[in-house]
Amino acid sequence: MQIIFQQIINGLSLGSIYALLALGYTMVYGIIKLINFAHGDIYMLGAFWGFYVINEWHFNFIAALLSSMVIGAISGVTIEYFAYRPLRHSPRITALITAIGVSYLLENGMSYSFSSNTRSFPQVIKQHSFDVGGVLISNIQILILVTSCVLMVLLQVIIKKTKMGKAMRAVSVDADAAELVGININHTISFTFALGSALAGAAGVLIGLYYNSIDPLMGMTPGIKAFIAAVLGGIGSVPGAAVGGFLIGVLETFFQAIGLSAYKDAVVYVVLIAILLILPAGIFGKNVKEKV
Amino acid sequence: MRDNFKYNITWLIIMAAGFYMINTLILVGIVNTFIENMLVTIGINIILATGLNLVIGFAGQFSLGHAGFMAVGAYATAIITSSVSGGSGFYLSLIVGIILSVVIALIVGIPTLRLRGDYLAIATMGAAEIIRIVINNMKITGGAAGIFNIPQFASWPTVYIMVCITTIVLTNFIHSRDGRAVIAVREDEIAAESVGVNVFKWKLAAFVFGAATAAIAGSLHASYLQTIAPSEFGIMESISVLIIVVLGGIGSITGTFVAAIALGVIDTILQNFGALRMVIYALALILIMVFKPSGLLGTKELSIKSIFKKIKSRKEVI
Repeated sequence: MQIIFQQIINGLSLGSIYALLALGYTMVYGIIKLINFAHGDIYMLGAFWGFYVINEWHFNFIAALLSSMVIGAISGVTIEYFAYRPLRHSPRITALITAIGVSYLLENGMSYSFSSNTRSFPQVIKQHSFDVGGVLISNIQILILVTSCVLMVLLQVIIKKTKMGKAMRAVSVDADAAELVGININHTISFTFALGSALAGAAGVLIGLYYNSIDPLMGMTPGIKAFIAAVLGGIGSVPGAAVGGFLIGVLETFFQAIGLSAYKDAVVYVVLIAILLILPAGIFGKNVKEKV
Repeated sequence: MRDNFKYNITWLIIMAAGFYMINTLILVGIVNTFIENMLVTIGINIILATGLNLVIGFAGQFSLGHAGFMAVGAYATAIITSSVSGGSGFYLSLIVGIILSVVIALIVGIPTLRLRGDYLAIATMGAAEIIRIVINNMKITGGAAGIFNIPQFASWPTVYIMVCITTIVLTNFIHSRDGRAVIAVREDEIAAESVGVNVFKWKLAAFVFGAATAAIAGSLHASYLQTIAPSEFGIMESISVLIIVVLGGIGSITGTFVAAIALGVIDTILQNFGALRMVIYALALILIMVFKPSGLLGTKELSIKSIFKKIKSRKEVI
């Protein structure tokens, strides 16, 4: 029983990172129907920025987290402006290839200019564990869980309560109609990218603290996993992305714990395919019927 | 029917001429082993990308699992030729690889082809990853280290002939009645169904066809390079094939040829740049997509038929 709880705690910490990333995927997909392959690399940029400011400028955790979010947002908006905006009316697969190109550019640009070595992330917060009824919970795990939950709630408030959030929802339902009622589409899409990328930047710093190592290619696998989480939850749905992220994190740690770590990725994919076959639009996705 | 025969014969003559041209260039010494290696890589990429173009460009099904089927072909060849050497072993392994990947494509395709767009892409990607992870954990496939010292059988003539065969079969399929059914599925599933096209059957047919060509490419890859490892057949491999298809123009076989050759040449030139290579490659990819979103050729095809017609109409005018 203790082992199960322990794995659930570990899974939730990993899952909240996936969830933060999946939110960015799902928002961008919801608004411009693009799988933003470069999203995982913004997470990498966030981690490197955190690494840099903590080592060089001696930032504390909060400052590093917030500045990473700003850097993430800026890079997200820049990428959107230069690479995706010119392609808004071209076939979706073209935009997808461009996104892959941006991802390659960020990964290899970082490897080229700052070497591809793995670095150890500075521990701004001393790690110690609490024993809760035999289950070990480290303060970093609590920090990750709390930070990501706060960010997710904040995001939900922005989307549901503010004017910009309303604009985002309007554009994702029907961009042309939104433009007709006076919503500036370009601003709204930039804002969406800023929000999603800020979350990815935050996730980068959190994973740096948790796993203690970063490298320029670190965004690739979590990026794909987070995208799977978004699809699992129903792409375009914000609560779906959070649930999908937690689900994948828990599944992965669970299979690692029972000694099937070689197959843990395969299990994730099997679950994904199984869920898609039962619910073709994901757990929270709406199945849109095609009208003739 | 006779017309088609005429065009196919013309293509065959062109292909034979191409074969002798490369052969002479090798004999004269202009094409050294380095360039020959590039040509073989281009050939394998052409087989992979034309197969994927059938699935994405003509049937309109977004599959990201091409590398999985390539892995099946590659491992079939690696395992079989290690015990049965020579040409017979290679051709046996080629056929086994094709049959295996067709079976796997059916198992994957029958449930997942009901999904649409990006959901299908992610499901096929998952299926390919499952294939890779299973190979990674099996004894017979040598685990994560892969298989070394595969006897080399496929050299450039084999690859060249395979490129010709797959292309001829593929283009004839696309231009047949069945091919038109596949294209109808891409244009509008509901409309196609209402005129009596069995949508699911043709989606599956295109998917299986694509998987079979990927297995052929995998066999050639294993037999030419002599070492394979599961890490070569990851998501990145599927994506690099997808890049060739999109760069050349989705739904253009000629475009796929042009893109595969262009990327192969660019890659060889960029080898001199070392670490900067991938940065330049990424920038080139973004710029081409931003300035030419429909790909290099769009949906244009180089077809002997239209050239014949042009000549004919010109004669009539005179």
